[in-house]
Amino acid sequence: MSSKVSEVIDSAAAIAKGLGVTLKEFFSPTVTEDYPDGPPRFQERYRGVHVLTRDENGLEKCVACFLCAAACPARCIYIEAAENTAELRISGGERYASVYNIDYNRCIFCGYCVEACPTDAITHGHGFEIASFDTSTLIYRKERMLAPLPDGAKLAVAVAE
Amino acid sequence: MSDPSITDPAAIVEASASAHPRRMTLNMGPQHPSTHGVLRVVVELEGETVRRAIPDIGFLHTGIEKQFEALDYQQGVTLTDRVDYLANLSNNLCYALAVEKLLGLEIPPRAQWMRVLLVELTRLNSHLVWLGTQALDIGAMSVFLYCFREREDLLRIFEMFSGQRMMTSYIRIGGLALEPPRGWQEAVSRFIKAFPSNVDQYEDLLTKNPIWLRRTRGVGHVPLDVLVDLGVTGPVLRACGLNWDIRKTEPYSSYEKFDFEVPTRTEGDVYARYQVRLAEMRQSARIVEQALAGMPEGAWRADAPHVLLPDREKMKTQMEALIYHFKIVTEGFGVPAGEYYQAIESPRGELAYYVVSDGTAKPYRVFMRTPSFGNLQALPAMTEGRLVADTIASMGSLDFVLGDVDR
Repeated sequence: MSSKVSEVIDSAAAIAKGLGVTLKEFFSPTVTEDYPDGPPRFQERYRGVHVLTRDENGLEKCVACFLCAAACPARCIYIEAAENTAELRISGGERYASVYNIDYNRCIFCGYCVEACPTDAITHGHGFEIASFDTSTLIYRKERMLAPLPDGAKLAVAVAE
Repeated sequence: MSDPSITDPAAIVEASASAHPRRMTLNMGPQHPSTHGVLRVVVELEGETVRRAIPDIGFLHTGIEKQFEALDYQQGVTLTDRVDYLANLSNNLCYALAVEKLLGLEIPPRAQWMRVLLVELTRLNSHLVWLGTQALDIGAMSVFLYCFREREDLLRIFEMFSGQRMMTSYIRIGGLALEPPRGWQEAVSRFIKAFPSNVDQYEDLLTKNPIWLRRTRGVGHVPLDVLVDLGVTGPVLRACGLNWDIRKTEPYSSYEKFDFEVPTRTEGDVYARYQVRLAEMRQSARIVEQALAGMPEGAWRADAPHVLLPDREKMKTQMEALIYHFKIVTEGFGVPAGEYYQAIESPRGELAYYVVSDGTAKPYRVFMRTPSFGNLQALPAMTEGRLVADTIASMGSLDFVLGDVDR
């Protein structure tokens, strides 16, 4: 009989202890994030949608060396190279990427392309909201990933005219 | 008796249904809240009692072992992330250790300690998800929220190191992917200082709770010799009394320099597995604290110019480094012909990678011995002859990840 009583008391004590944890939690600051109403938080190194960078003159840093495509485990990068000319200068090097596509259906955001790039042309941005109902829209072209022109720089095409 | 030549679960059930007309067949899964992935368990019931339970696996088969053969050694690290989504860094480490052994690379102490720190944080991450979901399966909803609160901090630390919360690819062949980030000591020490009191909180919620005790005590017991025969490893085995932990028996990545205990219990039921895992969390926190306090200075990756990409600064200023950079990215690196079996203690048990090299830049074969696969074999022994409600508790206590089972 006494064991029955002590069992009931033990159980009640254990439940009270558990509820105590819950009660304490009422008064501690909330840790929930408000995304999508509030901004998401990122760490500095977060690997999001790629950004193709430009140098200080607004020329593209990519010189179409294909190293990113070679390093990619998912084989999602497609590049076509073309030569810069005196009239039409797109990149700082000899060649530039006339076509630079990343297929985000396949990309696994491993960052190997960024490590491979010898000119720091491809970097990871912090964008991540790229979900789509239509997979054909997930093949990003160069124009969509290029960083904006720095102030005062003109587009290469405008120089040629 | 069943005909051993029949392997399809549907055929087994059909044969059994005609032999035992009073039995009912229940499909648990492929999508069932308690299966943690896509697992189908065909359960044969006689009233409330489970007469047979047949796990039907393979729904998550991705052919990941075969995919290794199409990628460079270093690219293969990204695949190891995707085997077990709760222990990404453990998989990174095991694969890296196996290939490093074939290459004969010497890993500097700082990288080794950093790996230990990260792998122990991974163990915490995995056990937290296990505790939350196991409690959720049994009906204790709030524990899940507390566990995921801490897990969020851990994922943030992983993001800080590698740039991704889960698919980290941070432990690479030859060391680490990047230098540890600014302020990592503060982030890790803030987390690990608060962690033991959080474990106390889980214990307050569960350890003596009468409902929890009734759902877990004496449930899912399997004798030790059966577990050993089935190839079960990890906390499930240690909860049955066998002190078997690869970190102690075959230390890797300088685990021998850390002071920690391997918690064991002898009861071998779901409650004992819970106790073992909670005690392991406390031990892991101890290891992380030691790694923080004694972190050696020095290089964070091996000195191996033919394997690792050169330093970025050198690559941009020195021609020779640039040539190495191009060569390694485009061709990878050759690994001397040979084979190596490397086992480590993942949060779920013995995880091993068996790598065979034919001397080229891509592996000839990579085989994984995944702990979840071995542990799942114990499910029939744990559930047959017992109540169907206990199946859920037993299944949760095995802590398998279906990506790890099917791979």
